[in-house]
Amino acid sequence: MDLSASLSLIAPEILLSVSGLVLLLVAGWAGDKASRWISLAACAILAACFALTAPAVCGGAMGAGADAFGGLFVADAFAGFAKLMIYAAAGAVLLIAPPYFEQYRLMRAEFPVLVLFAVLGMNVMVSATDLMTLYIGLELNSLSSYVLASFLKTDNRSSEAGLKYFVLGALASGILLFGVSLVYGFTGTTSFAGIRGALDGHMAMGALFGITFVLAGLAFKISAVPFHMWTPDVYEGAPTPVTTFFASAPKVAAIALSARVALDAFGPQADAWRQIVVFASLASIVVGAVGAIGQSNIKRLLAYSSINNVGFILIGLAAATPEGASAMLVYLAIYVAMTVGSFVAVLMLRTEGGTHTEQIADLSGLSRTRPLLALCLAIQMFSLAGIPPLFGFWGKFVVFQAAVRADLVPLAFLGIAGSVIGAFYYIKIVKVMYFDEPADVAWKDGGKAHWALLAISTAAVSPLGYLLTIWLGSLADKAAAALFLAA
Amino acid sequence: MIQTIAFYLFAFLVIVSGVFTIASRNPVHSVLWLILAFFNGAGLMVLVGAEFIAMLLVIVYVGAVAVLFLFVVMMLDIDFAELRAGFMKNFPLGIAIALVLFAELFLGVGAYQVGGLALGTPDGTAATAPGVSNIAAIGALLYGRYLFLFETAGIILLVAMIGAIVLTHRERKDTKPQNVAKQNARRPQDATVNMRPEVGKGVEL
Repeated sequence: MDLSASLSLIAPEILLSVSGLVLLLVAGWAGDKASRWISLAACAILAACFALTAPAVCGGAMGAGADAFGGLFVADAFAGFAKLMIYAAAGAVLLIAPPYFEQYRLMRAEFPVLVLFAVLGMNVMVSATDLMTLYIGLELNSLSSYVLASFLKTDNRSSEAGLKYFVLGALASGILLFGVSLVYGFTGTTSFAGIRGALDGHMAMGALFGITFVLAGLAFKISAVPFHMWTPDVYEGAPTPVTTFFASAPKVAAIALSARVALDAFGPQADAWRQIVVFASLASIVVGAVGAIGQSNIKRLLAYSSINNVGFILIGLAAATPEGASAMLVYLAIYVAMTVGSFVAVLMLRTEGGTHTEQIADLSGLSRTRPLLALCLAIQMFSLAGIPPLFGFWGKFVVFQAAVRADLVPLAFLGIAGSVIGAFYYIKIVKVMYFDEPADVAWKDGGKAHWALLAISTAAVSPLGYLLTIWLGSLADKAAAALFLAA
Repeated sequence: MIQTIAFYLFAFLVIVSGVFTIASRNPVHSVLWLILAFFNGAGLMVLVGAEFIAMLLVIVYVGAVAVLFLFVVMMLDIDFAELRAGFMKNFPLGIAIALVLFAELFLGVGAYQVGGLALGTPDGTAATAPGVSNIAAIGALLYGRYLFLFETAGIILLVAMIGAIVLTHRERKDTKPQNVAKQNARRPQDATVNMRPEVGKGVEL
């Protein structure tokens, strides 16, 4: 494949990096006063990337025509599907971030630039078909994330979150690289296709160690139990728009990357890694559900909720079938809508004094003081709990269906039991909002962009979302087919 | 013949300067001995035909790392005599660690002679073409096959730089920096004025 064909396949990535550099220059010359405009420009760029990526997803791009740079990078439908979710989540974050940081007078023009580079890193992650591409994408995304986590310089919690994320992220990268070196040593290649060929049939013990370490490193990035310890602290400490970002876009990228590594590179050894994924999945569901019960901070609660949801997504991965991969993608799409919606609702909980409240106790009686916001938040919570008329149920349903079809009935059964435990704390928030006496808090109205985003995500997770099932399912099936082409 | 002489010269100097790096009393001298060791190591690398690594040693290790060491050693007021005082106390531990390392070396060589682990074999796509110097080979791979990764790695470095600046830079209002443009725009008639003061009185400006 010649260079020009490769370059045309990475058009969204080129657009992201060039516009990131240009916006960085604009940020340098125009200063922090222009940060709102730079954020809007970055949103427009993400929309352009969306338009550039969409044809590959709708057309179900796969195979040799999607390979770029001699097997380092692939722009297939699977990567495209993940990229669309990443753009959407990052765009939402860019809309809600400027008002938040401006309150603290800490909005800087570099924020949208860092988000763009993080998105570039995530694009590289989901398109990686080589261990080196995987690592470079992961580091680009992680480095931007560390800076974003500690962006609120005057807040100690934000600095703490950034430092914790950095130290633990570096540890995870080390574990991942150790696994990568073992896999390379025992298979003699870093390309996923080559590893796939080398692992077919008998597998050396060292390669098994390599697979385990690689999956452990990736489990850290998707915050699956037992590598989830950092999540509540980082999610609580990071500025809320950044937490929204962490809970949505990088999670999509890391899960898509894990799916590609597990199903493509380690595909022939599915029996070897399945038990790891099954354990991580069940442990995430249980720890996510039980850990959230005692939380009084809503950001911490949503952090445990994201751990819990990762558990359900991993059930789809454990199935190791095209249907399971497709179910994962459907679940991810719904999860992104729910997460962005919930965090936007949390961001809108501004008191008259201008501070953002994060305590669940302050939500009491919200149905009487801010009925519409309470309704939206209640819909999000019911959807996260997977209560049937809402769209969140559909994601859980397809995942469990895939697990049952792959003869993983006990896993599906335990997952359903776990989702019942999880429902408790989601519904607890609804109870606090609707049945408790109103707290003495004077609320300030949210901005237009917040209301628009909340309306979109609430509409998407409401029963109206079922209108999307056929369309979403067919796109996810195409994406999963692209992933399983090599098998 | 000349290669053998060069090898023994470089190897001898590496060992000697390595010993002096540890043994010299003055830490600045230690760093200078270290630099000499790096240079001779680079010479050894040239002898085995790895000229790229030789250059890396000189440019990166001598040029950057050793100079950084030198700065650190000169700026920090470390009492090395006091540090060395613990030598005798930690001597048994040091010997024990040395023995463990030696045993590992012995085992490793033994295991290698029995026949190594069944590692995978490289697929050969990245092998050097015969007759190409390894700088040219690395360059061809870096700017050809791995161009995409190379450029992306550049963006990682850029992000690290932006991050460091964003997190540490703060706007300071109380400084008075030099404004060259303003200085150059100043004309003599703005700055000087002719006065004719009366005798015995000062100048009112």
